[in-house]
Amino acid sequence: MGEKEEVKLLGVWYSPYAIRPKIALRLKSVDYDYVEENLFGTKSELLLKSNPVHKKIPVLLHNNKPIVESLNIVEYIDETWNSSAPSILPSHPYDRALARFWSDFVDNKWFPALRVAAIAKSEDAKAKAMEEVEEGLLQLEDAFVSISKGKPFFGGEVIGFMDICFGSFVVLLKAREKFKAEKLLDESKTPSLCKWADRFLSDETVKNVAPEVEKVAEFLQELEVRAQSAASRS
Amino acid sequence: MFQAILNSKEEEKMDEEIENKVILHGSFASPYSKRIELALKLKSIPYQFVQEDLQNKSQTLLRYNPVHKKIPVLVHNGKPISESLFIIDYIDETWRNGPHLLPEDPYRRSKVRFWANYIQLHLYDVVIKVVKSEGEEQEEALTEVKEKLRVIEKEGLKEIFSDTDGEPTVTNETMSLVDIVMCTLLSPYKAHEEVLGLKIIDPEIVPGVYGWINAINETRVVKDLSLPYEQVLEILRVFRQMSLSRS
Repeated sequence: MGEKEEVKLLGVWYSPYAIRPKIALRLKSVDYDYVEENLFGTKSELLLKSNPVHKKIPVLLHNNKPIVESLNIVEYIDETWNSSAPSILPSHPYDRALARFWSDFVDNKWFPALRVAAIAKSEDAKAKAMEEVEEGLLQLEDAFVSISKGKPFFGGEVIGFMDICFGSFVVLLKAREKFKAEKLLDESKTPSLCKWADRFLSDETVKNVAPEVEKVAEFLQELEVRAQSAASRS
Repeated sequence: MFQAILNSKEEEKMDEEIENKVILHGSFASPYSKRIELALKLKSIPYQFVQEDLQNKSQTLLRYNPVHKKIPVLVHNGKPISESLFIIDYIDETWRNGPHLLPEDPYRRSKVRFWANYIQLHLYDVVIKVVKSEGEEQEEALTEVKEKLRVIEKEGLKEIFSDTDGEPTVTNETMSLVDIVMCTLLSPYKAHEEVLGLKIIDPEIVPGVYGWINAINETRVVKDLSLPYEQVLEILRVFRQMSLSRS
């Protein structure tokens, strides 16, 4: 096009939400500048200016125009760089609705349950939340089998919207398994998802942008220490 | 031509899997269901409406939406689509004639999606809380509602209505996803204010939002789909009574 495109991504290394636009940009072979925001410190001026309502990452800046919310960003990337690379969202409206449905399920039903299981104080609440997490995984297993139709990814031959959405949590899942010594992705319960997860992590577009499981496991440990010391101080 | 085929076929059979047949499983009192009706009417898509009893959901509904078991569900060519915002996306992407429910431009589209989500995630439950509660709980909820409306006034209008410099203009031709979501929450604000004896949308404090909702309410499609004022009052009163007696 001849026009200089300026693409900047504000993120945080550990965040599953920040991984999503990274994968999308790689899928479309778009060069971008990455800015690591301060996780525990003050947020940058640019972040506050670009996302005044929520003040959260990720934020994509395309020629200085801010796009916020990870799945919105992925859709924006798909629509904007739509000429060469594969389509991130499926082409048929029904399949797109399905991809959005399951992404919404992951973000608004499944992951919140996992968060509760991680931070709830009562054993009862933890157990109940874990049940929801496990049930959700079974539902996602069924969804994968029916949507992928024998192909490697939710998106078919290539990583797509649903892969990015759910896949962005795989490192966190594996890190938690390591940290807590408990199995979340269980081959006996969700065999297809287990294979898919490994395939996802070894994909070219994911390999170099997803954080390492070890690092995230250490980070989860650090988070727990911080939470405990904060609790003992109060 | 499309309409003619649909109409003649509708006269012939009522089979769900019939080509191009559109069925909406919803409920007349549900704002989520109303969103879909608005979208279908804006696109002039004929549809069959199936009123679901939310206390006694049909087997069909449970089959169509096994994960959430909720309305609305749109059935098109026998295939079910759930989650109101995604149904609207589906409608916009499938029926490409007629007005666009989302902007063509990706940047503007991301803004419309953002604000539709904002209203859904940050305003809906809180407004419902104001209706369902009393005393301090209600006061807190109302404060939060007003705060969120101020955010929309300050940050939202200029992004949603970037074409008109932040001035809300809504017609049958320009009505979008975010107008639909706002409509199904706060179009009946006068009825809310009457039943609760509270001011929710103050034209002095949020003049832009006030203007926006009134512009929405002036559109043909919203007028056509609105229940009579007295009925809205009654529904609200009953809903509030039931909620208060349960708490």
